[in-house]
Amino acid sequence: MNPQQPPEDAESPDGTDTRGKPVGRRVLLGTLGLGALGVAGAPTLQRGLESFLAGAAGKDPTGLTGLLPNGGGFRYYSVTSSVPRKNADTYRLTVDGLVDRPAAYTLAELRALPQTRMVRDVQCVTGWRVPRTPFEGVRLSRLLDAAGVRPGAGAVRFTCFDGAYSESLTLDQARRADVLVALRMRDEDLGHAHGGPARLYVAPMYFYKSAKWLSGITVTEDVEPGYWEERGYDIDAWVGRSNGRDDAPTT
Amino acid sequence: MPPRPETPPAATDVRRFGPVQRWVHRATAALMGVCVATAACLYVPQLAQLVGRRALVVTVHEWSGLALPLPVLAGLASRALRADLGRLNRFGPHDRTWLRAALRRDRRPGSRPAGKFNAGQKLYAAWIAGATLVMLGTGLLMWFTRLTPLVWRTSATFVHDWLALTIGIVLAGHIGMALADPEARRGLRTGRVGTAWAEREHPLWRPGPPPHPDGPARPRAGSGRAARAAGRTGPAK
Repeated sequence: MNPQQPPEDAESPDGTDTRGKPVGRRVLLGTLGLGALGVAGAPTLQRGLESFLAGAAGKDPTGLTGLLPNGGGFRYYSVTSSVPRKNADTYRLTVDGLVDRPAAYTLAELRALPQTRMVRDVQCVTGWRVPRTPFEGVRLSRLLDAAGVRPGAGAVRFTCFDGAYSESLTLDQARRADVLVALRMRDEDLGHAHGGPARLYVAPMYFYKSAKWLSGITVTEDVEPGYWEERGYDIDAWVGRSNGRDDAPTT
Repeated sequence: MPPRPETPPAATDVRRFGPVQRWVHRATAALMGVCVATAACLYVPQLAQLVGRRALVVTVHEWSGLALPLPVLAGLASRALRADLGRLNRFGPHDRTWLRAALRRDRRPGSRPAGKFNAGQKLYAAWIAGATLVMLGTGLLMWFTRLTPLVWRTSATFVHDWLALTIGIVLAGHIGMALADPEARRGLRTGRVGTAWAEREHPLWRPGPPPHPDGPARPRAGSGRAARAAGRTGPAK
């Protein structure tokens, strides 16, 4: 700035500009207060909005309600920049670790096994919930039994062909009847965006447990924290009883 | 934006912003842009699918959000910026007139008296500052989840999401109005605006003395109109 130049506020006092009520400060504080009020009243507000938007989404041909917070529908989360695509020819699901009979399933082999169809809500730990979503696939317990879990095993680790994601369950959790290697979702073959051709589906837990693009099942001694669990999320991710959330259970 | 030849200050120019105000606005706009862009990549399914890299995008979003208030805070060291914040804070009777005209969609300049900032700009500045702080607070609750009672996170997410949507709409309005007013953009780019524009848009504003002390003396912008407007809206308190 030119030092010879008088500072800007040396201008003649401007009555219209510098006097008057401090409305700006009140608006700022009011916004802060409304924000705090919103946090305090969020549980009530959220329930009301969710039921309203769920109704509106059913009548909305544009799908725009899906973009609103809590507007329903799935959100795409990937932890890598791009995920390779696998099809019936290239997809393999390996089962190894503390098992007697390691295996590598093709998609056709997985499809030939008995299929289980379940219709439950999907609940994400970030808040969105998709009601009554059908998943269909092979019970994980069937694959574990076929491989023959050795004594001393206590957990199952899951790896994914996106190259980064991982998940874990205790052996007891993995053997639950509502844990699937899902091949179909909403009665269609699982698309790439939803983790196809095969993903894990852990019905009673937050959806980050349901690892997309599942490519490896390894039986281990102890639970190893998965990708998001290394970043602070709970390992035992029961819906409504973990991660500090009180969502209605999905099973 | 295509580079424009920097024309020397015309005799009909008045000085609107100093370098501090311009750089604070630029830095805040850039940080806000990063916040909005990363938020979109986390939130809009098509963009999330295109970009992926969720952990990285989250980190960029968190740090740009944390840095968002810093330019204004640093700018507080400048007397010129503090003076402008004071002008944004104070609402006189003419601001009520301006707001009524805006609600009536009355676009005639004569019915919209304004000082250096009009009432809409004042409201926007105060609201966006408050909203940014709410986003910062709720964002921190979502970031450091172990520091607070855990139920707070869900509530903070709820407020963060809906306020983000609101800010997106308001910000689009802010940018849209700037795009429609090249002279206002020039004010923030070069610090100078034309006298005619200042008299039309900000009739009650009395800019400081001309930047060239040895330049020709000219009447203060809009002084005649200011007197008329003050007469119409009653004496300023």
